[in-house]
Amino acid sequence: MKAEWPLWEVFVRSKAGLHHQHVGSLHAADEQMALENARDVYTRRQEGISIWVVKSEYITASSPEEQSSFFDPAEDKVYRHPTFYDIPDEVKHM
Amino acid sequence: MTAKQKNLEDIFLQKIDAEVKIEPKDWMPDAYRKTLVRQISQHAHSEIVGMLPEGNWITRAPSLKRKIGLLAKVQDEAGHGLYLYSAAETLGTSRGEMMDALNTGKAKYSSIFNYPTITWADIGAVGWLVDGAAIMNQVMLTRTSYGPYARAMVRICKEESFHQRQGFDIMMTLCNGTAQQKAMAQDALNRWWWPSLMMFGPSDSESQHSEQSMIWKIKRKSNDTLRQQFVDAAAEQAKVLGLEIPDPELQWNEEKGCHDFGSINWDEFWQVVKGNGICNRDRMKARVDAYETNGSWVREAATAYAKKQSQSSIHKVA
Amino acid sequence: MGISDAQHYQILSLADNSLILGQRLSEMCGHCAKVEIDLAVSNIALDLLGQSRFLYQYLEELTGRSEDSYAMLRSESEYVNILLVEQQNENFAQLIVRQYLFDHYYALHLQEIANNSNDERLIAFAKKTIKENTYHKRFSKSWLLRLGDGTEESHNKTQEALQFLTPYIDEMVSLGAQESSYVQSGEMKDLVSPISDIYYETLVSDFKEATLEWQKPQYHVKGGKDGRHSEHMGYILADLQFMQRAYPDANW
Repeated sequence: MKAEWPLWEVFVRSKAGLHHQHVGSLHAADEQMALENARDVYTRRQEGISIWVVKSEYITASSPEEQSSFFDPAEDKVYRHPTFYDIPDEVKHM
Repeated sequence: MTAKQKNLEDIFLQKIDAEVKIEPKDWMPDAYRKTLVRQISQHAHSEIVGMLPEGNWITRAPSLKRKIGLLAKVQDEAGHGLYLYSAAETLGTSRGEMMDALNTGKAKYSSIFNYPTITWADIGAVGWLVDGAAIMNQVMLTRTSYGPYARAMVRICKEESFHQRQGFDIMMTLCNGTAQQKAMAQDALNRWWWPSLMMFGPSDSESQHSEQSMIWKIKRKSNDTLRQQFVDAAAEQAKVLGLEIPDPELQWNEEKGCHDFGSINWDEFWQVVKGNGICNRDRMKARVDAYETNGSWVREAATAYAKKQSQSSIHKVA
Repeated sequence: MGISDAQHYQILSLADNSLILGQRLSEMCGHCAKVEIDLAVSNIALDLLGQSRFLYQYLEELTGRSEDSYAMLRSESEYVNILLVEQQNENFAQLIVRQYLFDHYYALHLQEIANNSNDERLIAFAKKTIKENTYHKRFSKSWLLRLGDGTEESHNKTQEALQFLTPYIDEMVSLGAQESSYVQSGEMKDLVSPISDIYYETLVSDFKEATLEWQKPQYHVKGGKDGRHSEHMGYILADLQFMQRAYPDANW
């Protein structure tokens, strides 16, 4: 049996109030080991207060070929942004 | 080349020109992928093999403070190797394949690690010069065109900055110490100087991969440019230490605004690359022992146990 | 500042255990089965070496003798660490069993110190160290299970390591001669005998879970606590002390 340990992606929350952010990957044989390895590899300098690990094979990603159909249509939807709407300067707190 | 392929290649080159990073699932020329796998895995192997000469002094470090500092540093090298293996894995090469390539001698690692660390001062010299040379290269690579490689480099550079300082601090302490300590420091500099210059690789005119790598913005500065940058920095640092760089031709060239230095013994460089350095065989044996002889059964055991444990009890809390 | 022999002994024994085990683990940096394991083992070594530094520095405050002089310039018989921590990194199974045995003893001992010591500094040390130790226990226990209940090969190696290290277990949870005399004269509280039963209970249950055969040992090897060490110790000290001995007047 020469099976390699599976690859895991690691997400770290650096402090309360922030999202978990992808920081890299590592190998581990099981979930507990993945968490422990993530702690030892990616938070040696107090970079985090919470860690998620997920097997890389469980991540579904959009493909680069679909990039234009996925993301370009949002380009002309300027009405989703606050600057689209003119508000008189006198109006405060908006 | 088909029209479609030509189109993809054009898009790729436009991105490179526009400084848009290439990401794992993006189309890329095979040769770009191959170059990256070779370079990143070689870089990762260098971190891992580089643990050996420095690890050689952990148990003999002269004080508890130095012992802890050195261990933390060598541990960081393991981390850096891992960040790099991760980056290489995004290109579709598994870590197992990379380890096999290392252990069978197919893959290269930085030749400098085939030199022995003979005295404690070598730990200072390696930190100061070898890490110093590596940092020049790595700072450049934070801007490399492949996203995962650039990100790994940002992380590595942040952590690496303490390494060179630690090395310099060790040298500084030796140079301010007894005559014996200072002689030890000078001896280490004498042995590590030239191999450090060789770390930047063959001269630009001889370097087989360089030109294409510059076009693809994998590399952003040539070997000779980086080497010059290093010599200029180290020459000044050596003055602070009161040590003499073992190169009679080294001197400031006012006109060029940089140092002139003597010619490198490339024959020695290629001999060591080919496996004829003092420690090549020791390094390979140490890696094979760790990974194969003493390591395979450990990894297999964990895999077998994980299979038996179908469900784990870790709470999945967001 | 005054310090009793008993107090000195107690701090020193904690420091020496952490130092020697940290030294042993640090030998492995760069030689583990997986880079991830190098990082984990080095982390544990760093924790232990950090503990020893803290304690030698505490002694330095009390006696004026420097931390490095404590760590690197005593004669072998002046080290009072237990024999278990000097045992070699024969293979990863032996490393893990040694670590498991130590971590689980240490957890209980630290708790005793935190609850019953008269020394405020040691209480603070114990409370801080319990956090590190909790993580170490998690590491060594989980690997004990993986190796014990992994493949036939790993099981056999782990069983063998356990057999080999079993005679060194009891020294951790019983008083040495020196300790006994301090306890009898009332200079020291007994912070090891009370944890013996629960320690052995933990071992029985964990070894069972790891599918390892084990019985409480009938025969014990002891001496480290009183400065009588195994042959390994001389070589550990040869490395550890080399620079301080070779260059007596130097600063590093």
